[in-house]
Amino acid sequence: MRKAFIPLLVVATAMFAYAPIFIANAPYESTMLLIQKVMYFHAPSGMVMLISGVISGVASALFLFRKSRAADHVALAAAELTAVYGVIVLLSGPLWARKAWGVWWVWDARLTMAFVGWLIALAYLVVRKYGGPGSEKLAAGLALFGAANVPFIYLSVNIWRTIHPQTTVAPTLPAGMREPFWFCVAAFFLLYSLLMTTRVRLERQRATLDDLYLAAED
Amino acid sequence: MNVFFNIAFLVFKKDFTIELKSREIVYTTLLFALSCILIFSLTFVVEGQPLAEAAAGIVWIAIAFSGTLALGRTFERERYSETLRALLIAPAPRAAIYVGKLLGMVALLAAAEVLLVPLVAVLFQANLLGQLPLLAPLLLLGTIGFAGVGTLFAAMLVRARTRDVLLPILLYPITVPVMIAGVRGTSALLQDPAEPALAIMWIGILASFDVVFVTLALWTFEPLMTE
Amino acid sequence: MPRRLLIALLSLILTAPALLAQPPQQNEYVPIDQLPPQEAMPAAPLLIGAYIVVWLGLMGYLFWIWRRIARVEADMQALQRRTTGSPR
Repeated sequence: MRKAFIPLLVVATAMFAYAPIFIANAPYESTMLLIQKVMYFHAPSGMVMLISGVISGVASALFLFRKSRAADHVALAAAELTAVYGVIVLLSGPLWARKAWGVWWVWDARLTMAFVGWLIALAYLVVRKYGGPGSEKLAAGLALFGAANVPFIYLSVNIWRTIHPQTTVAPTLPAGMREPFWFCVAAFFLLYSLLMTTRVRLERQRATLDDLYLAAED
Repeated sequence: MNVFFNIAFLVFKKDFTIELKSREIVYTTLLFALSCILIFSLTFVVEGQPLAEAAAGIVWIAIAFSGTLALGRTFERERYSETLRALLIAPAPRAAIYVGKLLGMVALLAAAEVLLVPLVAVLFQANLLGQLPLLAPLLLLGTIGFAGVGTLFAAMLVRARTRDVLLPILLYPITVPVMIAGVRGTSALLQDPAEPALAIMWIGILASFDVVFVTLALWTFEPLMTE
Repeated sequence: MPRRLLIALLSLILTAPALLAQPPQQNEYVPIDQLPPQEAMPAAPLLIGAYIVVWLGLMGYLFWIWRRIARVEADMQALQRRTTGSPR
């Protein structure tokens, strides 16, 4: 994995550099025209955010019940990336919505879930930083509860919003748009795995450093 | 099994007895709930008339805020007299301690709701008391859900430095389904022809939330509270 | 970390003036050709804005991790020098 890192980074950068060209050549969507092109970056970011949140929840469960420190590192890295991709999703989404729907924000199921999920990720990071001793366990509990919450939030917000008109966010893609979309999905996931490995490595090094400090004091 | 419930009840009785003597947390929680209502009354009044639709939200916001403070105060008292450590060292299943604390918190919030609901009904001219048969289970299940998650988080945060502000930061996103179900259910009951079927659906969602999350809390209390 | 939080919060807050400057909004979906003419904002700035957000976010984060790794490795080397340098 270490050996493959630099080449993969080059590939990811190339994919991202090429993506705007690919996207610009994709056909226009009939009702939304140019602004729909935000979707090529917005939707993959949303996918990555969701996956990252699930990874953080699962790793937190492993940390709590199997006492695995490596799982704790993965949980923290995944939570941080959930927050980063969450910012991307929550900033690019309204820019698209303003043009496509006429409003910056609606409280429909997907947006509310994204917002609450982002808040939980931020809360995780805040607890890790300011929670004092034992905050890793506390944050892990939070991540676990947050992951368990996802079906409930989706259910409650979905039922809540069926009283009001729906807006479809992801229409089925016609042929010309499929390629750039999946290309961008691949690019985002590749970048995500690179960021995760880097971040986990950083966390592991910090843990080793702390252990070394403690050992040096003896 | 019997031991479990005995211990839970003992913990509840301890908190109840202490509270009966000093009444500190009860009085402060009730007064805080009143101040919440006051601020909301001032904000949600349009041309001298209170907004009728605001009543449902106000009840639940007041419960959430008072509950957060009450949770903080209860565990602060435990931390101050260092009884939490004694509880944890005691040869009792930790989950039973959690259940005892949860019972105490639900009782406290129920007392606050007994005060809140009539007050909001009067101040906002909302027919809350007429809908009591369905409103009571809605409030009870919502309180159990909120207190269930809150008791766990407050217990975990006891040793943290910034526990006062961390509790709401952790609690509010996780209890979003409780808030949505509570407010939507209450406002369904407050509609002009009331919609009991909708309220019953929200009660069902709250019930499943409670089951899932109290179970999760019982399951994780042990690993979370060990040093 | 608090810097990161601050940046994220600031980015959200910075959209507020744009929000306040808008005409009254609707809650329903209106197809774009039926919107009144003053609502028809040019799409290009929004699109470019969205892409800039994505690029800055990802590149900024990558850069930030890279700096933290450098700092941790510097600390490690300093610690190593300290422990091997001092006789025990």
